[in-house]
This record gives sequence, structure tokens and C-alpha cells, in this order.
Amino acid sequence: MDLVETDVLVIGAGGAGMRGAIAAAEAGARTTVICKSLLGKAHTVMAEGGMAAALANVAHLDSWEAHFADTMKGGKLLNNWRNAYIHATEAPERVLELERWGAVFDRTGPGYIHQRPFGAHTYPRLAHIGDRTGLELIRTLQDRLVHRENIDVHMEVTVFKLLTAGGRVTGALAYRRADGELVHYRCRAILLATGGAGKIYRVTSNSWESTGDGSALAYEAGGILQDCEMVQFHPTGMVWPPGVRGILVTEGVRGEGGVLKNKEGERFMERYDHERMELSSRDIVARAIHSEVQAGRGTPHGGAFLDITHKSADFIKRKLPSMHEQFLKLAHVDITREPMEVAPTVHYWMGGLRVDADTGAADGVSGLFAAGEVACGLHGANRLGGNSLSDLLVFGKRAGEAAAAFAPGGRRAREDKAAVDQAVSELLGPLQRRGGESPYKLMGELQDVMTKHCGIQRDEETLKAGLEKLIELKERVAVCGTGGPTGRAFNPGWHTAQDVRMMVVNAEAVLRSAIERRESRGAHSRTDFPKLEPHFEKVHFVALRGKDGEMRIEQREVEPVPYNLTELISQSYEKYTPEEVE
Amino acid sequence: MSSRTPAINLRVWRGNAEHGDLVDFRVPVREGMVVLDAVLWVQANAAADLAVRWNCKAAKCGSCSAEINGFPRLMCKTPLDEYGDVITVRPMRTFPVIKDLVTDVSWNYEVNKKIPEFTPSEADASSGEAWTMQQEDVERVAEFRKCIECFLCQDVCHVLRDHDRKDAYYGPRFMIRVASLEMHPKDVLDRRPLLKGEGGVGMCNITKCCQEVCPEHIHITDNAIIPLKERVVDMSFDPVLAIARRLRRRPGPSQPSPKGRA
Repeated sequence: MDLVETDVLVIGAGGAGMRGAIAAAEAGARTTVICKSLLGKAHTVMAEGGMAAALANVAHLDSWEAHFADTMKGGKLLNNWRNAYIHATEAPERVLELERWGAVFDRTGPGYIHQRPFGAHTYPRLAHIGDRTGLELIRTLQDRLVHRENIDVHMEVTVFKLLTAGGRVTGALAYRRADGELVHYRCRAILLATGGAGKIYRVTSNSWESTGDGSALAYEAGGILQDCEMVQFHPTGMVWPPGVRGILVTEGVRGEGGVLKNKEGERFMERYDHERMELSSRDIVARAIHSEVQAGRGTPHGGAFLDITHKSADFIKRKLPSMHEQFLKLAHVDITREPMEVAPTVHYWMGGLRVDADTGAADGVSGLFAAGEVACGLHGANRLGGNSLSDLLVFGKRAGEAAAAFAPGGRRAREDKAAVDQAVSELLGPLQRRGGESPYKLMGELQDVMTKHCGIQRDEETLKAGLEKLIELKERVAVCGTGGPTGRAFNPGWHTAQDVRMMVVNAEAVLRSAIERRESRGAHSRTDFPKLEPHFEKVHFVALRGKDGEMRIEQREVEPVPYNLTELISQSYEKYTPEEVE
Repeated sequence: MSSRTPAINLRVWRGNAEHGDLVDFRVPVREGMVVLDAVLWVQANAAADLAVRWNCKAAKCGSCSAEINGFPRLMCKTPLDEYGDVITVRPMRTFPVIKDLVTDVSWNYEVNKKIPEFTPSEADASSGEAWTMQQEDVERVAEFRKCIECFLCQDVCHVLRDHDRKDAYYGPRFMIRVASLEMHPKDVLDRRPLLKGEGGVGMCNITKCCQEVCPEHIHITDNAIIPLKERVVDMSFDPVLAIARRLRRRPGPSQPSPKGRA
């Protein structure tokens, strides 16, 4: 086993991890970044639409106050107000900083950063470059990161255990994919930036990496998972052909004027959100498409039509180049002439590790910090498009700084030798169980359970039946094999066995929390409790490990919003009428 | 689209740094399947330890590069129906094999570290004002910044592939990386000496293979490498001094040249 010593260990190298690592290193901490893939491949590269920040370059009426109010309303007030406040006030600085690090954005006429309209944002607010803003963010941070002297990057390394002693982190155990060698990281603080858990569903826009490693690792180390029932279904994923089902179709298509129609040619959003139409919040648009399909008004492959053919071919190719390419190549559809077929796809997890809003410090584990999708707080019951990229920058920086500030304070605690041995034997277990079940098969079953039992519309009976199946699956995952050969060098069967283990923890938290929230709020929609229940507005459901080792659901009070800020939420904002017409 | 057979014969190269061979798998096909789907089917059903790199399966991350029937492509962006019933998938040849379809591309990351980062002027860096740039200037570098680092251009580049001159040339990926900095409206650093020296822009003989395989359709040779070659020439060729040299029959005084903007 290799040994690596560092001050701050950053797990995950998407937007939050890289921004956090840069912040930690610039604050003077020796920083090591671990990523499951190659650097620059993290799920952030798939973000298309843009990053939300009240720069007010296009709509001069925009302000942090309006951004804050939109975020809170979109999240159905389940957000931590402090996260939403910090995010709205600091996002503009972070976007401008990124530009000063070399990022390029589309421009307005006078040459400022252009901002596009997006669902449930009162004003055009998303700084963007075409429809590949996530890649721009990743590449800019990547280039800055590799030129900082006190950052090491370890690529294709997967963490399977966080080590703690006396309630604080001491390090992590990991394995290198290439040769299967184990690595013991000793550190003073850990920043988790591992993203979401979309892979627990069959149809998702998420990449293979999104198996909820960070949330599962933190949970096992004593962390608390909050609002896990809040899984965002993005309204528009590809539906046809089957090979591409779930791949994201950016909200930018609607932002640039695309309209949704059912098979009868009706612009059905009229009936679901007359005011905002296609640019309503994601939970509403996703449910609308789902309802149309349920009512028999779906497209041939069970979705809705998304049509932008009324715009010129030139406009479409310039504003949505990768969408144009994606449909042409993968579906043989030319979106400048034909409508796209779209249906909801699992996209984002508003739930995650319960952390302090200002620093990202995890509740319950000292020295553990989190930022980005793995952390919970900013988005409440529904995330607005574009709020994720700015989330990564704002809270990545803060958590990186906080981790660096924490690091020198503590002496490195001695780790528990028995726990290390135990973890290693769990990791190597699948390699020793020659006859064990295939992890690929188990992963498929888990995805089917979640898709069938915890989808866009839920009810108690279905959820409980799903939980039963999952518990049964959990026992099989604990004794699974690799599905075949048992070598350690780059063995995806073995890696998949680890991934499924993480996924089970996340899936259980989602199911258990979904059972408890007996109301419909944001992304969580219950057919047996179809209304928003005011008393649930004050409640977070959290999942934590009980003394018996089993998952327990408890309640935590939602942080009350200070009076002056509640006014911002309830007041009305002047409607925006575009001054610039393309 | 041709009519589909229900299954294809997928020939996958399997092996490690020492040895390897093509192994045949019969893979059932459904509509819209791409090569990566077929490879992942093999992994889940026939060879659990088949090593392959992939992430987004949406042609956005550039992880699943391979040589498909001899042509460097992204597996996630290559529909099976573009080929017949036999499809051969091999790892990229320019980089050392780790296992099966996975190669060691770490050299690329080392090269990237050698290229000085984005550097704005003192005035811009310290200005409290938001920067302004024009859309057309942004678009010029935006083309290069579309790069998803799949390294297919590096794989196909003769200098790297056939002559293994990784010591003499950074390769097309990093020519566009340099171009994206050199042509950035706010960057002021002069990277031409690097290009001329260790970067080895002169090694490129403009066969344009890199631009042909680019999944992002970046005009690597036309819009990046050729203009960079011209800038490097501008740096060392000053027509006035050349005439002076010819008249005096001796080398002119060497002068540090300010950064030129072609």
C-alpha cells in the first residue's frame, strides 16, 4: 500500500473540487486532488446552458435580490437561506474571476458577458459560451490548477473509505485503477466534491462516475444526508433511439425560444404554467411532460416534441452547436428542420451531505468539508438551471479556504488500524468471491428498482415495495463478485462492485426520505399527497447511521429566513422585456 | 440507414503492455446503438474485466477514444449502423497500452503543464472594471476551446504516431491550446519562442490528418497551426534587418521583439 501525506485532500475534480483545490492551495495548504477519471473529464463538462449570476449585463433590472428570490421560490423554500444569499451575492464575482483566469464567454453588443434566459429566472442571467459552458469552466480551472505549485493531482484513483479517529478525519483509503494498488492518504482536512448519484436511475443524464461516492463515504463516516428525496428530473432528455435515452437536451433550447408540443400539436405548457410556459421551473415542466405522456398525448416514443425550427438554421447552429451535432449524429435528426423528441431524465440531486452554509463543513464529522452537488443546502426542493455552475465556484472556493484554514490547527490523529484492515478486506472481497453475483447485474437491478419505485410520481405503497427490494439487494451487493476475472489491474468488474456499494447507500437514503415526506414539494411529487403541506416547509428529513449500523431517518428544522430577506422573496419584480432581439 | 442484423461481431483488442490480440464477441444490436454501447454490453455480459475508459457517453468529455476499423474516433459518437457486421476496436496506437482499450495518456498532461498559463496585462489584471471583448474576437479562440481533449489528433499525428517524436513536438492538441492563449484578446504573453523551440511547431508538415479526426470539427491545422507557424516566422524574420544583413554581409544586432499580433 502506498502512503501519501498532504494537508488538504480534495476528492473529486469537477468544478467544485478544482475551485476548492485552487482556493486551498492559494491559502497555502499542500493540496492533493484525487479524481476517479482523467483530469478534465468530470461530469461538469456536460453542463451546457450556463452559470447564473446577477451581472445585470442584459437585463439591467437584475440584482442579487432577484436572484436570491428566484432561487428560494424555485426551491420551494426548502433551501438553506444562507446558501442562497451567499450564492446570489457572490456568483457575479466568481464569474468575473473565471474570466480573469482565461475563460471566454459570449458577449453583448458593448462587449460585456452575455446572459441568456433560463427557466424560473426572472431575468436573463446565465453567462455562457454557446452550449458548452461546463467545458469552459472545467478547462479554465484545470489550466489554473496544473500551474499551481502546491497541488498534486492523482488521476484514476477511487476512494473507498474515509478514515476517522475521535470524530475527525485522518485520511482516506483508495485504489488506483491502472494497477489496482491501494493508496493510503493521510491528511488534515478533506474536501468532498464527488458530485451526485444520478446513476442510481436507469435513465439519467449523468456520467458513470455519478454513483454518489462522496455522500456514501461521508454517511459511513458519521455524516448526515439531507433532503435525499429531492431528485431532479430534467424535463428534456433524449428518448430515441434507445441507445441514447437520457442524454441531456439543454434547457438552453427553451431559453433560446424552443417550444414544447404534444402529439396533437398543442403547446401544452399553457395548461401547466400559463405565465412562464416552457421557461417554468424544471419540476413543473418535467411533470407536465410526464402527465401528457400518461394521458396518451405523448410522441411515438413516449415523450414530447421540442421544436425550435421557427428560428433560422444559422441562429440554431450558432447558439446551440452541440445540440445540433448531438441530434444529427446520434438520432439522425436535423433540429433546424425537425422537432426533437424529449422526455424527463434524472439530472441532479438537490439532497446530499448536510453542511454549514458558510464553510461547507460537514455536520457531525470534524475536518470534513463538501461543495457542489454532493453538498446539500442551496437548491432546496428544486434547482434552477444555471445555479449549479455558480454553486461550484462560490462554494468550492469557500470550502477550499475553510479546509485550508482548518488543516494546520489540528494534529494529525492516528488512524484506527483495525478499521483500515477491515476496509481493505471489504474492498478486496469481490476479488475473492469467485462465484459471487455480477456487479453489473446488481447495478441494473438497483437502477430498475429506483426507476420503477421512486420515479417522477411517487406513492407510499410503491416506495415501500421499492425499499423492500432494495434491502434485499443490499445483502446481495455485500457478497457480490466481480462478474468474472479477479485480477486487480484495471478491472472494471471489481470497480463496479465498489460503485454499486456506494449506490445502495444513496438509493436507500432517497427511498427512506421519500417515504417520510408525505406531501408534494418541488421535485418530490406524491400522488397520495398531491398538495404542498405548509408544516413540511419547516422540515428537512435527514438520513444517518444509527448505532445498530442501520439507516435512520430524523427531522431537522429548516433554518428560518430572516425577516428582511422574506420580504425579498414575497415582493414582485418588474417583468423583463427583451431589449435585444436576435 | 442500412437494414440491421440482430447482432454484430465485435472484435476487441485485449491485452496489456506486453502482448495482446483481437477477441471476437457476438453482440446483440438495438436501434441507435453506438460502438461504446456494444463494448459496455461485452463488459456486462461476456468479459467483466474488459478495460475501457468512458464517462459521459454524450461526446462531451473525450474519454472513449479508440481506433474503430482503423480510424481514430470516439466510441460514444460512432453508431454501429455506419459499419457492416464486423467492427474492430483497438486502443489508440500512439500511447502505451495499460490494458485492453485503455492507454497511458499521461504524457499529454505533462505537456500541458509546460505551456505558460493565461496571462493578462498588468492593467487588465488590476482593473476593477469588468472586461469588454468583442464577440468576433471571442469566437476565434472559442473554436479552440471546444477541444474535449480526446487526444485523437495526437493519436493520428504522424510526428507522434509514426516517428514517436514526443520529445520534439507537443502535438496538435497543444498547438490549439497555445493558439487559444496567443489569440485570446486579453493575453499578453509571447509563447512563440516556446513554439519554435520545445513546442516544435516546425515539425508539423500540414497533412491535416488531425483536423480530419477531430470530433469537435476544430480546424486545427488551418486556424491554429498554420497561423502559429506564421507568427513564429514573423518573430525571427524581419525584412528590414534581412536587407541590412545582405548589404553588410554580417548578422544584424539581435533585438528582443515585442509580441506580434498577426
